[in-house]
Order: sequence, then C-alpha cells, then structure tokens
Amino acid sequence: MSDPSIAIIDLPSVPPPLVSSTDVAVEMVDVNKWYGEFHVLRDINLTVMRGERIVICGPSGSGKSTLIRCINRLEEHQKGKIVVDGKELTNDLRKIDEVRREVGMVFQHFNLFPHLTILENCTLAPINVRRMPKREAEEIAMHYLNRVKIPEQANKYPGQLSGGQQQRVAIARSLCMNPRVMLFDEPTSALDPEMIKEVLDVMVGLALEGMTMVCVTHEMGFARQVANRVIFMDGGQIIEQNDPVSFFTNPQHERTKLFLSQILH
Amino acid sequence: MSVTTDTFVRDDLLPAKAPPRNTVGVVGWLRQNLFSTPLNGVMTIIILAFIVWTVTPFIRFTLIDAVWTGPDRSVCATATGACWAYVKAYLPQFIYGRYPIGERWRVDLVFVLLLIGLIPMLIPRVPYKALNAIFLIGVFPVVAYILLTGGHHQFVGSLIPSSLMAPSPLRFAVQYAVFSAVILGLLALYARLAGRPISRTTTPAAMILGYIAVILVLVSLDFGLVPVETANWGGLLVTLVVAITGMVAAFPLGILLALGRRSNMPVVSLASTIFIEVWRGVPLITVLFMASVMLPLFLPEGVTFDKLLRALIGVTLFQAAYMAETIRGGLQAIPRGQYEGAMALGLGYWQMMRKIILPQALRIVIPGIVGSFISLFKDTTLVIIIGLYDFLGQIQASANDAKWASPVTGLTGYIFAAMVFWAFCFAMSRYAAFTERRLDRGRR
Repeated sequence: MSDPSIAIIDLPSVPPPLVSSTDVAVEMVDVNKWYGEFHVLRDINLTVMRGERIVICGPSGSGKSTLIRCINRLEEHQKGKIVVDGKELTNDLRKIDEVRREVGMVFQHFNLFPHLTILENCTLAPINVRRMPKREAEEIAMHYLNRVKIPEQANKYPGQLSGGQQQRVAIARSLCMNPRVMLFDEPTSALDPEMIKEVLDVMVGLALEGMTMVCVTHEMGFARQVANRVIFMDGGQIIEQNDPVSFFTNPQHERTKLFLSQILH
Repeated sequence: MSVTTDTFVRDDLLPAKAPPRNTVGVVGWLRQNLFSTPLNGVMTIIILAFIVWTVTPFIRFTLIDAVWTGPDRSVCATATGACWAYVKAYLPQFIYGRYPIGERWRVDLVFVLLLIGLIPMLIPRVPYKALNAIFLIGVFPVVAYILLTGGHHQFVGSLIPSSLMAPSPLRFAVQYAVFSAVILGLLALYARLAGRPISRTTTPAAMILGYIAVILVLVSLDFGLVPVETANWGGLLVTLVVAITGMVAAFPLGILLALGRRSNMPVVSLASTIFIEVWRGVPLITVLFMASVMLPLFLPEGVTFDKLLRALIGVTLFQAAYMAETIRGGLQAIPRGQYEGAMALGLGYWQMMRKIILPQALRIVIPGIVGSFISLFKDTTLVIIIGLYDFLGQIQASANDAKWASPVTGLTGYIFAAMVFWAFCFAMSRYAAFTERRLDRGRR
C-alpha cells in the first residue's frame, strides 16, 4: 500500500469543494437500524455540509448502502434522527415526499423504467411531482441529456442502450428534479470497465458544479480526486473518516489498513 | 519461392447452382418436416389417418348431409345431418330471447353502438383514444341501460321516513344530496387532517358524484320507450351483458384488490385477502345460487332486486377475485428497483402505481387476463341455473320445441353454440396475442 495513487482511470483533477460552514445538507444523529435481529447500522453520526463530496467505502455487508438509503427513506431507521435539508425524516409521509423531491438517487442497477422512452423517464417526475408543463420538462430533460452527452438517444427505450448510457440517463433523470443533494449507490459496480469512465466523468462534472454528493463506491481513484471526505464503514459502524490524502496514505485503524491493502495493490 | 505452389487464386467465381430437388419446394418441405425419419413418417401417416377418420364424419354431418331450409321438423325428422333450418328459424330467439319483437331494434342499436365504440378502440392507429374511452366507459353503458330496460325509473327514496317526507323523486333527490354532502365533508376533513390541498381531494369526488347524479336523472327520464323486464331478456343479449359487465367491472376492482393484498397496511391487506379467498373458494354456481335464492331471504320485505342485476353483481365479484390474483402475479414480477426508482424521484403511491408499476405488471399478465376473460365468457352459461336464459340456455330450451323436435335438433343446436362461443373466444385470444406483440416492440 506504499503507492496509493492507484487512479487506473484517468480523471481530471478537481479543485477542493466550496463547503458551506453553516448550511447543513444532511444530518444523522445516533442512527440505528435493525433488520429483524440483525443490527445493520450502529450509532451512525454523520453531518454533510452543503457542497461536500463524501465517498463511503467498506466491505460488502458493512451497511454503507443501507446508510445512504436511509437518507431518502428507502430504508427506515428505528432509532436516532435524520434531518435532510432541515426536514426530519419520521413516519410523516409528506415530509418523506418533500425530502425525496430534493434528494436525487442513482442506483447500482440504474432502475430506469423500461416501458418509457429515455425522454419520458426524465420528464416523468418533473411533470407528475413538480407539476411542470410538459414542454418545459422536455426542455430541461434535453438540457441534462446533453450534459450527460446522449441527447440523440432521447426517443429510445432503456433496453436499447448500453449500461454506461443507461446509468448516465439515470443521472440525468435525477438532475431533472433539480435536487439539492445527490446520492450514488455503487453507480459503477454493474458496469463493464470500459463504461465506468463515462459515468465517472459525468459525476466529476457534477462535483465541479458544486453539487452536494454522497457516494458509495469502490472507485478509489474517484474518491482520491473528487471527495473531500472519505468514510470507511465496517460492521454497520463508521470506523474511520478523513480527508482523502490522509485516508489513503495514513490510515489509522487496523481494519482500514487491511481493507485498503486488499483493494489497492 | 517454392511455397508459391501452395497458393491458389480463383480465376472465375462459381455461379450459384440449383439445390438438390429433394430439399426445396413441396417435396423438400414434406421430407424435412413430415418424413425426416422412418418414425416420423409412420407418425405422420397415423395422425393423418386419425384426422381423416374424425373430421370426415363431422363435415358430412355439418355440411354434406345437412338440411339447410324447411318450414318445420318434417324436413329434419329423417335427416342424418345437421338441421340448420331449425337454427335459422330460431336465430332471433337465440339473439334476443323473449325480448318483444317490436322493440328488438333497441337491442340492435345497442350492438351497433358497442361496435362503433369498440372497433376504433381496438385498432391502435385510430386517434382520439381518450374520447373513445369516455364514450365506451362513460356514455355507452348509460345509453345501453336506458335502451335495453326502457329507462323511466321511479326513484322514491327509502331512507328518510315517510312521516317526514312522502315517497317521491324529490325525496330521493334530497337523500342523494345529503349523501353527497356527507361524503364530500368527510373527504374534506380527511384532506385537512392529512394536510393535503382540500380542493384536490374533493374536486374529483364531486365530479364523480355529479356524474352519478346525471346518470340517475337520465335513467329516470321518460324517453317514451316501452319498459322491458330483464326476465324477458335472453340469448346472446344476456350472454354479452353478463360477460361484458363482468369483465369491465371486475378489471378495476381486481386491480384494487391486488394492490390491497400487497399493501403495507395490515387491515387493507387482510380485508383484500379475505375477500379474494372467499370468492375464489366458492364455485360460481354457488355464488349465483346464493345471489338468486338466498339474498332475497336477507333483504327486508318489499325490497326486490332484479335477478339479472344480482347475477351481474355475483359474477363481477367472483371474477374480480380471480382478476386480482392474476394481476398480483404481474405485480410480483416487477423488480424492487422499479419501486425504489419511482419512490426516489418523489412519486406518490398512486402515481408510482399508475405510471410505473401497473403498466409493466399488466403487460406481463395479458395472457392471464385474457384467459380469465375467456373462461368468464364461457361461465356465463351457468346463469341458466338461476333461470336466466343466456345464449346456450335459449338453444337448449328451443331444442325441446315440438315444432322442430327431431333426432338431430339438439345436436345441431349444441354445434351452433360451440361455434359461436369459439368464435368469440378465439377472437379475444387472437387480439390479445396481437396486443402482446405490439407492446413488445421497441422494448428490450
């Protein structure tokens, strides 16, 4: 682990984020979650400031996906407090809907809607959730499809696109809702190596624009270059968090060292 | 360079030659598909012999030896083939039952309106689908109801005691107004508690209540049509009324039950499950029998309920339970990611179901839905046990008529019934296959 500069994928260097010192995007206080008897999240405390770019890594089963899925309440936490954009997530369905409107999410398996065209995938939520006129929604959708460099695919169906293209559509679909926070749940794990870069490039672009991002990923190159904070989880707990340089060059906890030694050769 | 002896350059390209005679054309096809091996050859011959052996007598009976014209049983008494003359003579009865002859144009008009509404609806290229659907679902049933029954219903209302208000259409109107006000009030209260905009909850409800009010007014108006009791309906008319009402009413009910059964709310889920399991666990004959014989025992004296209506309700609820299970199968086939993708975008439950889940789930279960529509269409014949004469019942009844009684009359009638039922069911099946192919295009 002597040389952690393992950026196999050549990503543009990204200046450090402009992190707000007062504006809290996501706050998790003593969050605990159980699946039946199984304690998946243990006393999670995490504050994400506006503009921060956080990468969460850890072995599989460590609870990292569960953690970010709690942020938009795809998973329910049983103890503790989660506040997103000033709204606390409780059983209040209205609050949950409000949070989901402001938080975009990109999934490992894209979760595009196969019966709708790319354009319809992108305009569905703005039209139905934001009550935006169709024409305006389509303009915005085309803007973001341009951003992810696939405007020419707008009238195709997801099944006709490659994995990398589908994931870029999924990102564009989230952006159409103009979210304040973006969550990425292993966005490149289901992609062929060739396609990973095109998705990471889009994510880097988002970072450059100052998007608040929480990203579960195994792309350590991305973490080094984009994140301002790397969080290592194991056994449902946050084991270590640090700025990327210190995290990769000088990990403190034995578990972190072991993990890094296994993924960085 | 000695290696050059191995090189070869073709000077002139070979022209295409005709294939061997025994691989193309009729002979080739026969060889490849019917006689490719000795065993295949033997099986081909045996099956051909079987087809000839069974189909020949059938064709002899229905076509060659058949009697096509004649005034009464005398022409069929000694016939060895089908007595089509009898079918011809009875055709109006098979279609209309005992519907008064002078009023049968009303039934014809309903059939024509149905075709006018249905045919453009079934052809994907024809525009104005929304208007078409409004006609078919919103307008046609009311018009058909008025035409078939004659309309001019006397609503008097029965909830407000007679001491307060004499039975009259006015009393009914007052009742309906009170009922509507209560419903709207409850909805407004609910919307307020849930913190939703009140008008968005109450406006659709008010529109539905208003629509029902319009229907009630329309069916109570006197259009000068002679009332025709449902007891006089029969034949294909009853078959189609029961089948179409059953399909159209059971479909949305089935969707709601399927969603209900998968709901996170224990009460909703339990209630849906109980409803489905009860109706699925009871034979349709029992349902019809209960509806026709038992139900009147529970109703207060003087309250009568049309027999056909009771059968319709029974068939609809029965069908809804089956429909629900079919649709639930489709819902279960939708990956969790689709739900999560929709929820993460902020779509509410109903938006998610309407836009994302149901369109995909229903497409998967088209074969199942059509299957249960087809079995419903055939099951309508069971209404005969409660004394309604559907198409088959009408044929059965007429076969015993002394005017046409002959050894072949009954058989002819059943063959005719089978052909008509087959034509309807086959058409449904083919249309479903067409829809499946159409929806499959461009996806995946």
